[in-house]
Amino acid sequence: MSDSTAPERPGPPLALDDTGAERKLYWAVTDCLTIVRRELTHLAKQPSMVAWQLGFPIVSVLLFVYVFGSAMDVGEGADYKSFAMPGLFAMTMAFGFMNTAMAVVIEKERGITDRFRSMPMAPSAVVTGRGVSDVVQASFDLLVMAVIALVIGWRSDGGLWATLGAFGLLLLLRFALIWIGVFLGLITPNQEAAGNLFAVAFPFGMISSVFTPPSMMPDWLGAIAMWNPVSSTANAIRDLFGNPMPAGDSWIEQNALLMSIVWPLVITAVFVPLAVRRYQALGR
Amino acid sequence: MGSSDYSVVAEGLRKRYGDKVALDGLDLAVRRGTVLGLLGPNGAGKTTSVRILSTLLRADGGRAEVAGVDVRAEPARVRRRIGLTGQNAAVDEILSARQNLRMFGRLYHLDHATAWRRAEELLAQFSLTEAADKQVKGFSGGMRRRLDLAASMILAPQVLFLDEPTTGLDPRGRSEVWDAVRSLAAGGTTVLLTTHYLDEADKLSDRIAVIDQGRNITEDTPAGLKRAVGGDRLEVVLTDPADLERTVKTMARVTRGVGPEQDEEALRVHTPVADGVAALTAVARELEERGVSVEDIGLRRPTLDEVFLRLTGGDASEAPGRQTSDPTERRPADAPSAAEPSEETHA
Repeated sequence: MSDSTAPERPGPPLALDDTGAERKLYWAVTDCLTIVRRELTHLAKQPSMVAWQLGFPIVSVLLFVYVFGSAMDVGEGADYKSFAMPGLFAMTMAFGFMNTAMAVVIEKERGITDRFRSMPMAPSAVVTGRGVSDVVQASFDLLVMAVIALVIGWRSDGGLWATLGAFGLLLLLRFALIWIGVFLGLITPNQEAAGNLFAVAFPFGMISSVFTPPSMMPDWLGAIAMWNPVSSTANAIRDLFGNPMPAGDSWIEQNALLMSIVWPLVITAVFVPLAVRRYQALGR
Repeated sequence: MGSSDYSVVAEGLRKRYGDKVALDGLDLAVRRGTVLGLLGPNGAGKTTSVRILSTLLRADGGRAEVAGVDVRAEPARVRRRIGLTGQNAAVDEILSARQNLRMFGRLYHLDHATAWRRAEELLAQFSLTEAADKQVKGFSGGMRRRLDLAASMILAPQVLFLDEPTTGLDPRGRSEVWDAVRSLAAGGTTVLLTTHYLDEADKLSDRIAVIDQGRNITEDTPAGLKRAVGGDRLEVVLTDPADLERTVKTMARVTRGVGPEQDEEALRVHTPVADGVAALTAVARELEERGVSVEDIGLRRPTLDEVFLRLTGGDASEAPGRQTSDPTERRPADAPSAAEPSEETHA
């Protein structure tokens, strides 16, 4: 096909060739980066939004470490601050899917998604661009939280590689949740309805080992909390940070590191096809 | 005439959502370089048609070609030849106008230099240069729409789809958008415009296709539509009730037509006329000779509102709103019954 470079009327600007497998791949990456650049410009232009999004984890740190912290006893004489901080990192990642879903809903509602779909850009870039920028933003969130954590006296005793590995696991969880976010964003009719996603996010983030060990919960709730992917990540990074981890004897708690990798892979494997299906259904 | 004379051709388009039939065998043809107004009440299938033609939606049946390319078989090629401005101004609110156009330019696969240059050209073309670096969030509705149009025009597409481009705009914004669309059409872009504003279709379109319940009702030029439904009417408004009878007789004789109708309260006499100007001159002369005191005399052409109601057989409550009132187009006391609503609209 030579039509992309053959103007039909005098004057129109020449689009570059985007046919053929190699060029398609090139544009899939380039379009993705164009979208990422757009998202990062959003962050730069809206510092108050960023502050707002960080508000919840920061308030949580103050609330749980200082307000409830003195009354919290997670056992084994562990310092609650050291127990809670990794949990708060994991919780922030868990709530991240809300940002993804909200962004998807807004783009859909405002017609931006339709505009993109009517353009010759790579269709995958709409989603990959969103994914990459969400991971970049999550890294920034983690950086800010880590600085706050250091300020209030939290430390990682796990060494450089284990510490970096822990942050990698957090981002892996966030990456997997992008697909849940995209899927939920596509099935959510409008922004008002998207507010209801908190009803999903809250238990997902909280009924976990983030704030208290599941072994201290009633059995049935503890079982749910133990098997929550957020718990696996939280426990795995506690281990990597060398923070106290009063884990129970259950298989799921003993294999937190393994499961902190398996869970995100399972979530991705399930929700990528679902999200793609929903995206294609926009055209039906 | 070959199919290459047409930039948009749709034949027998069908689409249903569950139980609801959105398109029921719709045909459309837009001549290259012209503006077709797609007019119909809410739910008539206007947006569905545009979504199918712009590759956003897959039809259940029928076929469509846009810029000579089959929409279903080669959507990617169609996308390089069309621009779409949907019901929302689909631009990025947080970016500036310039950033928007550069971004869309890149996503249309222009190289950096070309995308940057094209952004400047379009900012100038759509009178946005001054506001180029302001966040779109602060733009008026009309400015947003113009930016939206500019983004659709990045590749100078052969066909531009406009889905209710002025919905939600104030009168000033509407006229800004109308000017922009007119200049695009003058530049040779084929435009398919959906609207439920009759004056908008009237002002912008070369031809108007009226659709209802997913089917074609009729298609004609705006003037032809009005003529087909009502034809011209000669209307005389008197100052003295005593002149009514004489006037009716005079008009009946001059026009040799059906008996004129009179509205005694408004002191108005009106009758359908074939050759409007000749009848107007003759009646005016005769009335003057007879010393009839005339308050107003003129040819009245039915408004598109009347055309529309007649054709779709709808009642006034579901009629589209008319946004501006043109003082030269008065509503006749009772519209002529030349064209009955077509049967199928009552299905």
